[in-house]
Amino acid sequence: MSFGIPFTPPEASSIAGSVDTLFYTLLAFTAALGLFLTVLVVFYAIKYRAGSKAERTGERARSLPLEVTWTVASLLIAFVIFGWGAVLFLRREHPPPDALEIAGLGKQWMWEFRHPGGQREINELHVPVGKTVIVSLASQDVIHSFFVPAFRVKQDAVPGRTTNVWFTADEPGRYHLFCAQYCGTQHSEMGGWVTAMPPEDYAAWLENQGKGDTLAADGEKLFRALGCSGCHEKSSKVRAPDLAGIFGRPVALDNQQTVIADDRYLRDSILNPKKEIAAGYDPVMPSFDGLVDEGEMQMLLAYLKSLSPRATTKSEATQ
Amino acid sequence: MSTEALRPTSYLGEGAGPAAWLLTTDHKRVAWLYLVSLTAFFFLGGAFAVLMRVELATPAGDLVSDDTYNRLFSLHGIIMVWFFLVPSIPATLGNFLLPLMIGARDLAFPRLNLASWYVFILGSAFALVSVLAGGVDTGWTFYTPLSTLYANGFVSMAALGVFIVGFSTIMTGVNFIVTIHKLRAPGLTWFRLPIFVWTMYATALVMVLATPVLAASLILIVLERVFGIGIFNPALGGDPLLFQHLFWFYSHPAVYIMILPGMGVVSEVLPCFSRRPLFGYKAVALSSMAIAVFGFLVWGHHMFVSGQSAYAGVLFSFLSFCVAIPSAIKVFNWSLTLRKGEITFETPMLYALFFLALFTFGGLAGLFLAALAIDVHVHATYFVVAHFHYIMVGGMVTAYMAGLHFWWPKLTGRMYSETWGRIAATVTFLGFNLTFFPQFVLGFLGMPRRYHTYPPEFQFWHVLSSAGAVVLAVGYLMPLLYLGWSMFRGARAPANPWGATGLEWQTASPPPPHNFETMPKVDRPAYDYAMKGLRHEAFSPHKDEAR
Amino acid sequence: MSTTTESVAFDTRAREKAADTFGMWVFICSEAMLFGAVLLLFFFARSSYGPAFAAASQHLSLPLGTLNTAVLLTSSFAIALAHMFTASRRWRPAVWALICTGLLGTIFLFIKAMEYASEFKEGLAPVLGAPFRFSGPDPTHAELFFAFYFAMTSLHALHLICGIVVIAGMLLLWPGTTEAKRTHRVQAVGLYWHFVDIVWVFLFPVLYLINRA
Repeated sequence: MSFGIPFTPPEASSIAGSVDTLFYTLLAFTAALGLFLTVLVVFYAIKYRAGSKAERTGERARSLPLEVTWTVASLLIAFVIFGWGAVLFLRREHPPPDALEIAGLGKQWMWEFRHPGGQREINELHVPVGKTVIVSLASQDVIHSFFVPAFRVKQDAVPGRTTNVWFTADEPGRYHLFCAQYCGTQHSEMGGWVTAMPPEDYAAWLENQGKGDTLAADGEKLFRALGCSGCHEKSSKVRAPDLAGIFGRPVALDNQQTVIADDRYLRDSILNPKKEIAAGYDPVMPSFDGLVDEGEMQMLLAYLKSLSPRATTKSEATQ
Repeated sequence: MSTEALRPTSYLGEGAGPAAWLLTTDHKRVAWLYLVSLTAFFFLGGAFAVLMRVELATPAGDLVSDDTYNRLFSLHGIIMVWFFLVPSIPATLGNFLLPLMIGARDLAFPRLNLASWYVFILGSAFALVSVLAGGVDTGWTFYTPLSTLYANGFVSMAALGVFIVGFSTIMTGVNFIVTIHKLRAPGLTWFRLPIFVWTMYATALVMVLATPVLAASLILIVLERVFGIGIFNPALGGDPLLFQHLFWFYSHPAVYIMILPGMGVVSEVLPCFSRRPLFGYKAVALSSMAIAVFGFLVWGHHMFVSGQSAYAGVLFSFLSFCVAIPSAIKVFNWSLTLRKGEITFETPMLYALFFLALFTFGGLAGLFLAALAIDVHVHATYFVVAHFHYIMVGGMVTAYMAGLHFWWPKLTGRMYSETWGRIAATVTFLGFNLTFFPQFVLGFLGMPRRYHTYPPEFQFWHVLSSAGAVVLAVGYLMPLLYLGWSMFRGARAPANPWGATGLEWQTASPPPPHNFETMPKVDRPAYDYAMKGLRHEAFSPHKDEAR
Repeated sequence: MSTTTESVAFDTRAREKAADTFGMWVFICSEAMLFGAVLLLFFFARSSYGPAFAAASQHLSLPLGTLNTAVLLTSSFAIALAHMFTASRRWRPAVWALICTGLLGTIFLFIKAMEYASEFKEGLAPVLGAPFRFSGPDPTHAELFFAFYFAMTSLHALHLICGIVVIAGMLLLWPGTTEAKRTHRVQAVGLYWHFVDIVWVFLFPVLYLINRA
């Protein structure tokens, strides 16, 4: 029907439809306003061309009521569009419960993903249809951006912090995955495909990937290898906070403040433990900055999260 | 030249040697120095753009390598933004016209004005050396940590070039602000100023207050690259997002440095060829100031998906919708200016009408980007590219062409070919839309910007865009030829060929060295096209060409 | 053409002088944005890494910093005197006051250089790939503190050098300058000098004092 020429991107996620409704509404509004102004200017240009016989008396160089009217009208329309866009946007902050969490790591120039079961893939991402997926993004080097047009989602992966993006695919298929933040020489090659498949196919696919250790299990090994368990285990002689159920819980700090132990807090506590010290503990933990890379950081975080059963069922911490 | 009697009658006749031009402090000659340099940069940046469009005609990267392509778009951006758009109208038309429009003999600091050009040239030298030495591959935005730790181009060199050019911008800004405050002719109150002067004032304010922030961010980049001082390096405890905040705190207001002067030009041209006062003069003047002020508060809308807090995103989105209002007001006012006029369609008017169309549609596209949920999808895609080219090229460059044609008789004392002028304006308009409209579709489809290769299903739209780029290039080359020709062979221009109201038209074309034989006094508002004796003169360029 | 004004744009000296002063104020606003931007970054970083910054701040030399503050404040006083003397047309004391200003500025730079040298020796200067040695609890962010310290103070020093060069140039051209121009140049340079001084008055507490218990 369109001779193979694409006009619209596929709509393949739970939010795509509502984003497009706003897009098309706005398109209709702007097209109408733009055309109205164009027609008006062309009409004036013809009617009042030099030498035409049009009536020119009663011209005015200002009209306060008119100017106030269009200023107020523009403001009101702008506020409506703003509110609509903002409400849809804020859903980013509230992923539906029971999400599947996949770790995504950007590096020059590939995306590396790890499923909770430990399955790894590069520049490919397989997800089940109908289940919410949270991709927790990190970057090994420069800023990248995870972009799946068919899902209408985009999120930068920034070195030194974890960012999250969620989507629920609702249409099986293969969709483009791009890096949307310019990241150096092969920026345009950094991407691949997201494959959305029915849950049973996804389960079968996971099976076929061979059973590696889960991300959390790798994280636990690392937790021992780096010596974290030496202090953070209950039997330890050194007094260090017990990490069971830490994720998503409020932590009292020695400066009388309280923070939620989210991705950022856990990451900072590993790399920069003196920054926020849990109340009642001595600041004896050394920094692991430079000793763990971003991939290992994701394993550690996955392990810590696996210690709080609530977090895997209800991802409250991101709310 | 020591006595009054020997003084030449035109600023162009004041001496022709290189020294008479290179050591001049006459604002009109400095404007020419800028005009020549900026034209060179415009075509250099344009050549990079054409190369990119040719590469993008096919999905594979078959014309240039990925590193070359990355350098092309980085240099295109750096050159067009800092070496053309930011100084374009202020340093050329603004420099030439500001004293004329307010009835002054020169800018307040003529030597500072000349110095600003030399600083500009020094900065250009750095930029050109970085181009010749191998280019820059960071994009014009210099995002860290790519620019500080990973890029292999001559980043420090280019950043220093931009930093130095920033000084020239600040010098111009200071000069304009002081000139407008202190040198207005007797009777020329603030609300009698032409809108062009208002927009120059707003632009100068932004130049003076925003450029130093860019300077700070570039200094920190160079310190990081050269001295290893890691304020944006996460490995040293720094934060890469800090750079984005600093950069956009400058670069968003800089967008207004780039568009406000264009709004000023159009506000002069539309009333002149409609023979009508500008509709809602005060609203247009004050909305320019509102844009300058609000422009400082919206930088975060470049960072909705960068990892800044979602609530900051909501706030910045709200402010961005607010800053859209003054622009909307202006579009309505310009449109109503035509009502009940006596409209003629000379070249400057055609460009101004095309500006109106392109600016309106480009501005409306901005609503999509300010709406958070849509921006998440189209951010960093061709939709953004199309939007800012509609404003920067469709808006600003079109207005620049309108102004150049409108005041060309004043600059040179010659008329250009009206026929060729109209053809070029139309070709530019068509070529522009063919180039950039398809990019809106591409962006909505999800085509990311700064891509050297792309999925084959996008090719149709890319081919249209590349074809348009060729047409657009022709549209921009034509004025170079016929305007150049007119400088030597064009018909002599009368003092006021368009029958316009501004003070600049009350002196000879080209103006005498100190602008006015007798210093003007003002006793009427701007755009008083009902004034007696001011008719669209019987002058007809076609008749003169035939002679 | 006109011999009384420097710019052809002005009819009278008085108007030109007013314009020059105004222009200097506009320029100072621009400069304030420059330092403002860097200070803002500093406060942002400090709010994240307060303890590390406080610990790092202890390693700056408070006596030298205080001494430098006194030197710079005195230099501001000297240029204020110069302005007063020119206004009352007492040229000889004015010249001496200007020389004092320039000398005090140079002394400030000298002391600053000594501070830099000792910090470099202690391994506190994370510049040019020099190793950073710091015994406190959070060396990474202490390093960030020193990055800010060197960026901010060297930017300030650069401005001071410009001021000294301008004063030196003004003194060299002094004999051939008309009296009216002298007054007006001293005033413009004075404004700039006070501004650079005020920047230090911000930097000193922010870097040296604020983090001390």
